[in-house]
Amino acid sequence: MLDATVAPLVQVRDLKMHFPIHSGVLRRQTGAVKAVDGISFDIRAGETLGLVGESGCGKSTVGRALIRLYEPTAGSVTIAGDEITTMPPEALRKKRPQMQMVFQDPQASLNPRMTLAQIIGEPLVEHTTLSPDRRLERIYELMDQVGLNRRFANRYPHEFSGGQRQRIGIARALALNPKFIVCDEPIAALDVSIQAQVVNLLEDLQDRLGLTYLFISHDLSMVRHIADRVAVMYLGRIVELSPRDDLYARPLHPYAEALLSAVPEADPEQKGQRIILKGDVPSPANPPKGCAFCTRCPKVFDRCRSDRPALVEVAPGRQVACHLFQPQTVPNTSNGPGETRLQQQGV
Amino acid sequence: MPDGAAPVLDVRGLKTVFRTRSGEVHAVNHVSFSLQKGELLGVVGESGSGKSVTMMSLVGLLPQPPAEVRGGQVLLDGRDLLKISLPELQDIRGARVGFVFQDPMTSLNPVFKVGDQIMEPLLRHMGLTKAQARTRAIELLELVGIPDAAARMSSYPHQFSGGMRQRVMIAIALACDPDVLIADEPTTALDVTIQAQILELVKELRQKLGMAIVWITHDLGVIAGIADRVMVMYGGQVVEQGRVAEVFKHPAHPYTRALLKTVPALHGARADRLMAIEGQPPILMAEPSSCPFAARCAHVHDRCRVENPQRRDLNPGHDVACHWEAPHA
Ligand SMILES: Nc1ncnc2c1ncn2[C@@H]1O[C@H](COP(=O)(O)OP(=O)(O)OP(=O)(O)O)[C@@H](O)[C@H]1O
Ligand SMILES: Nc1ncnc2c1ncn2[C@@H]1O[C@H](COP(=O)(O)OP(=O)(O)OP(=O)(O)O)[C@@H](O)[C@H]1O
Ligand SMILES: [Mg+2]
Ligand SMILES: [Mg+2]
Repeated sequence: MLDATVAPLVQVRDLKMHFPIHSGVLRRQTGAVKAVDGISFDIRAGETLGLVGESGCGKSTVGRALIRLYEPTAGSVTIAGDEITTMPPEALRKKRPQMQMVFQDPQASLNPRMTLAQIIGEPLVEHTTLSPDRRLERIYELMDQVGLNRRFANRYPHEFSGGQRQRIGIARALALNPKFIVCDEPIAALDVSIQAQVVNLLEDLQDRLGLTYLFISHDLSMVRHIADRVAVMYLGRIVELSPRDDLYARPLHPYAEALLSAVPEADPEQKGQRIILKGDVPSPANPPKGCAFCTRCPKVFDRCRSDRPALVEVAPGRQVACHLFQPQTVPNTSNGPGETRLQQQGV
Repeated sequence: MPDGAAPVLDVRGLKTVFRTRSGEVHAVNHVSFSLQKGELLGVVGESGSGKSVTMMSLVGLLPQPPAEVRGGQVLLDGRDLLKISLPELQDIRGARVGFVFQDPMTSLNPVFKVGDQIMEPLLRHMGLTKAQARTRAIELLELVGIPDAAARMSSYPHQFSGGMRQRVMIAIALACDPDVLIADEPTTALDVTIQAQILELVKELRQKLGMAIVWITHDLGVIAGIADRVMVMYGGQVVEQGRVAEVFKHPAHPYTRALLKTVPALHGARADRLMAIEGQPPILMAEPSSCPFAARCAHVHDRCRVENPQRRDLNPGHDVACHWEAPHA
């Protein structure tokens, strides 16, 4: 079990990632897509934090900004004590082996002119001194782990199916025994059996090596299986962050509730009560005033349209950004992001 | 659906082979299925089992070489698509058969704006003016739930999220109201609420336009919710096919049975470890002469290792390719 007193491996504070919008003939900047707009969370060493939310809400951007594949607009990210956002290039290069990413779009992240063995072996060449024989051994070991037949080692990416390509990306991310992996939809293209195999592998590695994961996924059943805590995002912000069992038993934020109600079940006879969201889906270039969810929330009231709710701790370990919930009156002892916000509010 | 009516799409004995440096890969072997007007056929199967290759073979989307469609017929309203000329085929693609590719990043052109890519088939096949095509393209983007659609027309694909790109693909495939929509894992990058919205849209198109749909997915929940029939593929062939309720209740093929058991639950007890089907799928360097699932099958017997089972009917409309008699089917 996780120990709450362990210092967090990953600490994110008020992270923002805005993409400029240019328009007109002079391509002047006329606005910004606020893909990630001020989010804070911790991931403890050995923990899996699930990250879920609507398509386009900023999940991949969070993942990329965390390990500095993007230059964040503002905020701070520390991983194992090192500030990532301001790290000089050489130090960042040395840090890379510790933090890896499994990309959402496997095809786009694999070099089409390299064979599978070269792709998986590239980080080993770059960051280790393994002899060619030992390297090949490691490549085979990784291929076995993700269920790719060794006889595929000299094939090129286009010769693989979608799910096979996704597994190449996973093997590559695991090659250097990283401490922290951002898994961006790592199993979306896999059939359920291979999903199970990959998820079991991730869990085994976590048990053996204490890996820490940010697990981005639309598959809420799988998130329930793998995550210890789950962050629910909406339009560039976290709206709820709760321990897994609490969230699935009783989601607090109305968006989290709608999301969980919409999961299709693998049983043609069971048709649950779905909350179908109506109303305009807002754009991250022009978010609504007040709560970002106010245009679609079934429980909206006046205040939601004018004041933006902060993410506050409303029950032990549960943070919610919604006017329906009051901050917990008993101050929390941990130094999580929830508490800072509580103080800001003067509660 | 009237069962006796002629199918819109009738695929018979399709066989596709890749020639590679290390020999032939027999990716798809004697695949047959048909589709009625307004019907939705769900396709599931092991990763690498030939789902994408099957569907891309239908409308000549695989580069030949290395691919070679070596046999079979693909009848669209009775006309064999494997026999017609390339210009005819290009007219059919996009206009009569819409295709949503599994990998949006490789099928969207990175240097063209999203809006232009949706307008292209409208201009080419529907004879719309530029202004009309633009209006329709914005409408399509709204239908698939892209916020601020008009402004987003001038974005490039890399400025969209994974799920937004996937929805652009869906918009392009639907642009010309095709008779047949082939959707290859079209919602893998979509969250459940937007997926539900797309599934509603698809339901409406089926009812209003009688669109027939092939929907490849790994999500058995989606199949349970929207498909009329389901086809299960393994090792380059169809191993089971039938009405959804029947196949989910009485799966007959050991692969289907194992697959249905591996789904993690949203409710109820949380398993400590997920079930996976042990072993690896075969590499098909030749047409299999034994059952491709034999090495991993819980019910394997001698015959399975020497004879690849043919599809046989269990009930009207439910067939399986397996020598073993499942206790319930
Ligand atoms: N260009 C190619 N050359 C050689 N083999 C290929 C080529 N393209 C595909 N294959 C092989 O054909 C088989 C079927 O691939 P296909 O893409 O149809 O699988 P799939 O069922 O769609 O899998 P997934 O669920 O992972 O998308 C795979 O084993 C793949 O490795
Ligand atoms: N390079 C970029 N330039 C401009 N806008 C971008 C860029 N990358 C992402 N965006 C925008 O930022 C928002 C968030 O995108 P992101 O890819 O993080 O979403 P996501 O939550 O991962 O979605 P999905 O579930 O569909 O993958 C989207 O509106 C997207 O269009
Ligand atoms: Mg994403
Ligand atoms: Mg495929």
